[in-house]
Amino acid sequence: MAGHSTYVPKSRFARWMDERLPILRLANDTITTYPTPRNLNFWYSFGGILTFMLGIQIVTGIVLAMHYVPAASMAFDSVENIMRDVNYGWLLRYMHSNGASFFFLAVYIHIFRGLYYGSYKAPREVLWILGVIIYVLMIATAFLGYVLPWGQMSFWAATVITNLFTSIDQILPHVGTAVTQWLWGGFAVGDPTLNRFFSLHYLLPFVIAGVVVLHIWALHVPGNNNPLGIDVKGPQDTVPFHPYYTVKDLFYLCLFVILFAIVVFYLPNALVEPDNYVPANPLVTPPEIVPEWYLLPFYAMLRSIPQKLIGVLVLFSALAILVFVPWLDTSKVRSMRFRPLAKQFFWALVVDCLLLGYLGAHRPDAVFPGTSIPMLPFARLGTAYYFLYFFPILPLLGLLETPRPLPLTIATSVTGSGVEQVNAPAE
Amino acid sequence: MRFSRLALTLGLLLAASGAHAAIDTSPVPPKHPGWSFDGPFGMYDRASLQRGFQVYKEVCSACHSLNRVSFHALSSDSGGDGFFTEPQVKAIAAGYRVPAGPNDKGQTVDASGNPLMRPGIPADHFPPPFANEEAARTANNGALPPDLSIITKARAGGANYVYSIVTGFHQTPPAAFKVMPNKYYNPYFNGWNISMPPPLAPNQVTYSDGTKATVEQMAHDVVTFLSWAAEPTMEDRKRIGFGVMLFLIAFAGLLYLSYRRVWADIH
Repeated sequence: MAGHSTYVPKSRFARWMDERLPILRLANDTITTYPTPRNLNFWYSFGGILTFMLGIQIVTGIVLAMHYVPAASMAFDSVENIMRDVNYGWLLRYMHSNGASFFFLAVYIHIFRGLYYGSYKAPREVLWILGVIIYVLMIATAFLGYVLPWGQMSFWAATVITNLFTSIDQILPHVGTAVTQWLWGGFAVGDPTLNRFFSLHYLLPFVIAGVVVLHIWALHVPGNNNPLGIDVKGPQDTVPFHPYYTVKDLFYLCLFVILFAIVVFYLPNALVEPDNYVPANPLVTPPEIVPEWYLLPFYAMLRSIPQKLIGVLVLFSALAILVFVPWLDTSKVRSMRFRPLAKQFFWALVVDCLLLGYLGAHRPDAVFPGTSIPMLPFARLGTAYYFLYFFPILPLLGLLETPRPLPLTIATSVTGSGVEQVNAPAE
Repeated sequence: MRFSRLALTLGLLLAASGAHAAIDTSPVPPKHPGWSFDGPFGMYDRASLQRGFQVYKEVCSACHSLNRVSFHALSSDSGGDGFFTEPQVKAIAAGYRVPAGPNDKGQTVDASGNPLMRPGIPADHFPPPFANEEAARTANNGALPPDLSIITKARAGGANYVYSIVTGFHQTPPAAFKVMPNKYYNPYFNGWNISMPPPLAPNQVTYSDGTKATVEQMAHDVVTFLSWAAEPTMEDRKRIGFGVMLFLIAFAGLLYLSYRRVWADIH
């Protein structure tokens, strides 16, 4: 709802400022009066939650960086020093390390919400693609950050992931090795690797913040999608963002922070591999090298494929395919509420990603506990379904499925009668 | 290499015979003795911490370092969960000899060539039992006793695992299982062959508070101490967490009421 600005500067200073740098007008139009569909539900509060989590990560991260030493011989000690001797260092570190997990929890809900309500469809393709870029940047930042404590998992995760690039050798001999050694800054993961990972880990969150600004800008041009997936027809369909959604988002944010606080204060190591409390040792490979939970589905895909280069290509394709979703979905109807068939495939995708996450934590040759059923075929099926969902299921559904009839307007749907109610809020 | 080929042949023979492939030497699930610090309100049992410190000092510290823990952290004035008074900590620290810096003549060794040492102060960390990894391995049949500063966080199963290892000796291994030379049978350890000899025997320490020093009691005390060593700010964390939870729940209630009030004129 880009519509023209309704801002009227009230004070002399505001008028003076408005003619020079209309920043108060910008704030008013984007936060206060921004017309928002009146039917947004709980799942739409995760945009605000994600912004909050980015803020938490940046603030705690800046303070942690004041005490952290990015040197192979001192990194682990400096983290332990933060935990023991820095005032509230344990709080900062537990917030930061668990904050990453909650950041990803929120972004996964946000992404699946977008997939369910068709928020990627015209005119919101650019908004969606900016979101995918943020997600990829988040993965990179989280991986770089996981390396910094320089525990066993840090070191070996860095080794495994950077070694993915050696697979290029299979098509361009020596190039992959050269690229990998360039990434390492040496002939193995070591001091230069840690130092540059720290530098990039500090940089990328600010790049994310920049893309978030673009993401919000791209949101505010077409305006929010909504659970019905139909366009806003007029002012009776919307409410001003403030106070309606500021208060609603704050309430859900508070519930989310309660969950976050439970983990930070009572289960701070529940999501951590114990091996990462063992200092990095290049001579001892841990029995099992696994990433953090939020990357396990991709790890399952990688390990389910016996050929290294193809495995790496599948891994990156799993992210890249998200960019094309706006054009892969051929349905004219946005929201899955009105797509009985697509809805089932969507929930199958959710289950599929959870299953891949579970399988990713186990070796490819593992069996399901208490049985002799091997996991590998399920990992391969799961990987196949992930891709099949986006192609050809999504394009075919749009052609084959008969959607249920859509309501005429948001207002009629919300008030439950064909007669438009006139008690729309005063602005 | 000739040796590796020999090993490969032997391995193949073993696999073919199938005799030893049948034993699964993955660790058995750890015991759950229950801890004072369990749960959202669980705190460290102070008396157990003091006894556990005694067990570490008199038994474990012969082989295991505690590099990341300072004497100061033992003090209840440390800002953490210390369990000795400041004068007690000073006395404990002074009981250790730590490397001294160069003296005022620039010497770092005494007349007989030994490094200069001085009594510890609270700011010092626990000095390690061995000068370096090689010395530690030489004294322990090639095995390296791990540092215990964060051992309960560095092992799956945490305190329960460490307790199970310490109390998991003196069991009869299955007939088909071979205990290797210089190793001990411990089914809680991955592979069941552990290099550490049984560390505790009944009445190995004499508790000043009259507690009977059974193996289970000493193990329970020392694991409580090691849990504290790994997480010396746990009590602070749980206390602050309680306040944070109360605030957040009250705040969520107020936000919910505001939300209902603001939206009342729409629905």
